[in-house]
Amino acid sequence: MKMTAMSLHTITIHEAAVRLARKEISSVDLTRAVLSRIEEVEPRIRAYLALLPEDAFRTAEAADARRRQGKARGPLDGIPLAIKDNLCTRGIETTCASKILKGFVPPYDATVIGKLRAAGAVFVGKTNMDEFAMGSSTENSAFQQTKNPWAQDRIPGGSSGGSAAAVAADACLGALGSDTGGSIRQPAACCGIVGLKPTYGRVSRYGLVAFASSLDQIGPLAKDVEDTALLLAAIGGHDSKDSTSADLPVPNYRAALARGVKGLKVGIPKEYFVEGMDPSVEAAVRVAVRTIEGLGAEAVEVSLPHTEYAIAAYYILATSEASSNLARYDGIKYGFRAEGAKDLLDLYQKTRSEGFGAEVKRRIMLGTYSLSAGYYEAYYRKAQQVRTLIKGDFDRAFERVDVILTPTAPTPAFRLGEKVDDPLQMYLSDIFTISVNLAGIPALSLPCGFSPEGLPIGLQVLGKPFGEETIFRTACAYEQATEWYRRRPPL
Amino acid sequence: MTTRYEAVIGLEVHAQLLTRSKNFCGCSTRFGKMPNTQTCPVCIGMPGVLPVLNRTAVEYAIKTALALGCAITPHGRFARKNYFYPDLPKGYQISQYELPIGTMGALEIVVGGEVHRIGITRVHLEEDAGKNLHEGGDGVSFVDMNRCGVPLMEIVSEPDIRTAEEAAAYMRELRSILRYLEVCDGNMEQGSLRCDANVSIRPEGSADLGVKAEVKNMNSFKFVQKALEYEIARQIRVIEEGGRIVQETRLWDPDQEITVSMRSKEEAHDYRYFPEPDLVPLVIDEAWQEEVRRTLPELPAAKRERFVRQYALPKYDADELTATASTAASFEATVKAGASPKAASNWIMGEIQRLLNLESIAIEACPVSPERLAELLKRIEDGTVSGKLAKTVLEAMFKTGKDAAAIIAEQGLTQISDTAALERAIAEVLARHQKELVEYRAGKEKLFGFFVGQVMKATQGKANPGLLNEILKKRLAG
Repeated sequence: MKMTAMSLHTITIHEAAVRLARKEISSVDLTRAVLSRIEEVEPRIRAYLALLPEDAFRTAEAADARRRQGKARGPLDGIPLAIKDNLCTRGIETTCASKILKGFVPPYDATVIGKLRAAGAVFVGKTNMDEFAMGSSTENSAFQQTKNPWAQDRIPGGSSGGSAAAVAADACLGALGSDTGGSIRQPAACCGIVGLKPTYGRVSRYGLVAFASSLDQIGPLAKDVEDTALLLAAIGGHDSKDSTSADLPVPNYRAALARGVKGLKVGIPKEYFVEGMDPSVEAAVRVAVRTIEGLGAEAVEVSLPHTEYAIAAYYILATSEASSNLARYDGIKYGFRAEGAKDLLDLYQKTRSEGFGAEVKRRIMLGTYSLSAGYYEAYYRKAQQVRTLIKGDFDRAFERVDVILTPTAPTPAFRLGEKVDDPLQMYLSDIFTISVNLAGIPALSLPCGFSPEGLPIGLQVLGKPFGEETIFRTACAYEQATEWYRRRPPL
Repeated sequence: MTTRYEAVIGLEVHAQLLTRSKNFCGCSTRFGKMPNTQTCPVCIGMPGVLPVLNRTAVEYAIKTALALGCAITPHGRFARKNYFYPDLPKGYQISQYELPIGTMGALEIVVGGEVHRIGITRVHLEEDAGKNLHEGGDGVSFVDMNRCGVPLMEIVSEPDIRTAEEAAAYMRELRSILRYLEVCDGNMEQGSLRCDANVSIRPEGSADLGVKAEVKNMNSFKFVQKALEYEIARQIRVIEEGGRIVQETRLWDPDQEITVSMRSKEEAHDYRYFPEPDLVPLVIDEAWQEEVRRTLPELPAAKRERFVRQYALPKYDADELTATASTAASFEATVKAGASPKAASNWIMGEIQRLLNLESIAIEACPVSPERLAELLKRIEDGTVSGKLAKTVLEAMFKTGKDAAAIIAEQGLTQISDTAALERAIAEVLARHQKELVEYRAGKEKLFGFFVGQVMKATQGKANPGLLNEILKKRLAG
């Protein structure tokens, strides 16, 4: 019994669901195990901005009571999860890791939070992130530095670095993150877990604090593909509060897992194996492709010719939208307000100068510039045209193949502080993930090996719009054949 | 030789739409509630919220665009207009920029007997801002967000207007149309209908455009006319004194009756418009357009023309009666119930309107129904009651809700058309006023009215005027 309780935090959601159903464990046991694990590792990892032990035990007890009465709600009932701090949680401070939202307590739940609550999930805490989800290392948090559980002198990736580190450290069973240019997949790769950016419109964005509205998408981070599918099934679907959410039924993703890859065509884009890429990453991904071929899929080379323009287009579009989305943080209504302003303009300037971090300010300036009269045509409109071309690349490729395989990030997790003073180098961390957001397609990252230093490497599986089932099939077959996902960081 | 100038004016009108809920959330649009009680996370711009478009607001905009003869875009798009102000909680207004709902329409106005066609550049949908309140605190300001997100329709005219009078006429005609469509209550004083003007001048006959000034804060038809008259005169004065017009925004000050400079172009905003990514493109297909088109009522211009044609009314009457759809409907119902059109027109424009104004009642709620008014008018025509007494009858009908017959019977107001009775009354009057009779017969014929008055007084006004005149003339002649 003691042994069970001690190792309980290491299990997956689907394993926990089985054991909960069999009444071998209770949700309170599970929650206690996770919270004590957090206590153990959090001083070294610092994944959480806020812990919610009281709420967690209350919901866990309610889940146990339901189960006793034979009214359990499904696989997520009583499962401890972590939530990225840019998802609005009713009555719980939501800061986006920004000083400017310090003290902001939303009077509403994001749609995904409401769905998880209805499914019985237990929220153990809100996780750290790059401020307003802008970054690839979680170093842009205004509050703390999250460490990579595999090597604590390294970044956990970002912006959902807190969620990824918490999952990898077994400090929760699964987590939600958000992905605007790679912010779920790149930290998942850095931390050796699974992360999915769903198709744009698959998951409601209502209550996700917006960074770039046309690119943002909420998605799960989990220990394996099955858990990822389970979480997506719980949070996906149409929402009348989000006009951009798709009115399409949510398939039974779990049923797709075991279908295998036999007969699938997988595309390997030649533009994604570029110079400057870490050789261990390239090697791991090439081996992964052969493994998948060995499982019965056919690999073909495809071309995504406009890939090289993706980062440029992305940093115009995302910053343009951000410059507008972040205008509401003005010190008037909620969150931080600077002291000692002498008039309205001064209040705006002081509040925003003091409230936002350097990277956020950099992006607001970039976006404001791109949208300015006289520059709009050359920047914003041109970038939109590039976006259309990139989407066209994928449309053509997906006429020939069912999924596309690429590395998730060009290198394994880099060292803390290594790129903070070089924004351009930092932006290149997302070189393989950004096109997916521009095209609105789904993509998943899962572990496919380790670098010589023992750092996890991520394989990215890209699918057609609303083709998450095919992604899950492919990823699950590979995962079961390799078992990289079973490796846990030495904490 | 002195130069003669003409003004070039374009109007930008904002109309608050009469939808029950706001443009992008479910909050009520009701006016005059306690500050910040008609709000939700969406309309006060909390983090993470998203707009959902109000379909009725789109329908109202389509309806207006169709009524103004606009082409409707099959694919509309919303855009963000970015600027900082405390009454704008998101830091941007959701508006339309490229692809507005309607374009290339026109509105006809009649000024000085001439028809002027004023082009409509665009009709688009956007949201209102809140209100900053500066009273009640020492250097403290408050924001009331009840109005945030209330649907606004912007109607932009071509610079086809040449005089202040035309501008006022354009506003009146536009308001009339908006009211006919029941999309806006058209109340300029309360701000549900607002008007900004771009004004420039040029030498008459020139095709060039001068530098324009934007004039704001004209919250009545009277102020539109006065402000523009002032602004045109101001610009002519500046030019004639050798000065230059600067591009700027000017506010109408109704107390001093002048326009004053608010900000120059150098301080003008760059709104950084870009497509609103939180809303999908607005698809207005043929079927939807047709559905809305079928709900269009007969518009003021068509109704005016028909009233002249069908009821043989003077143009003046037709203009007055069609000012609102309800007055027109009331007139038509009265005629349908058997009244003669001219009599119905006179009484509705005159007595009915007077009584309604006294009590501040709308014509829809008039206690005298068109059927009952028609009944009274028939009683005048058939001589039961005199036109003069009918006013007393109508007043009583208005107050008591009874019909004409009941009031006439109750108050004994039936006209005396009995010759014998009138002869008696006349004889008595003449007997009492021998002096005047002698004077009359000596040639002082203007005393005729005196005798009429005396007989009327004696009969409490019930004498049939025609008959009285006839008999009195004979008796006076001796």
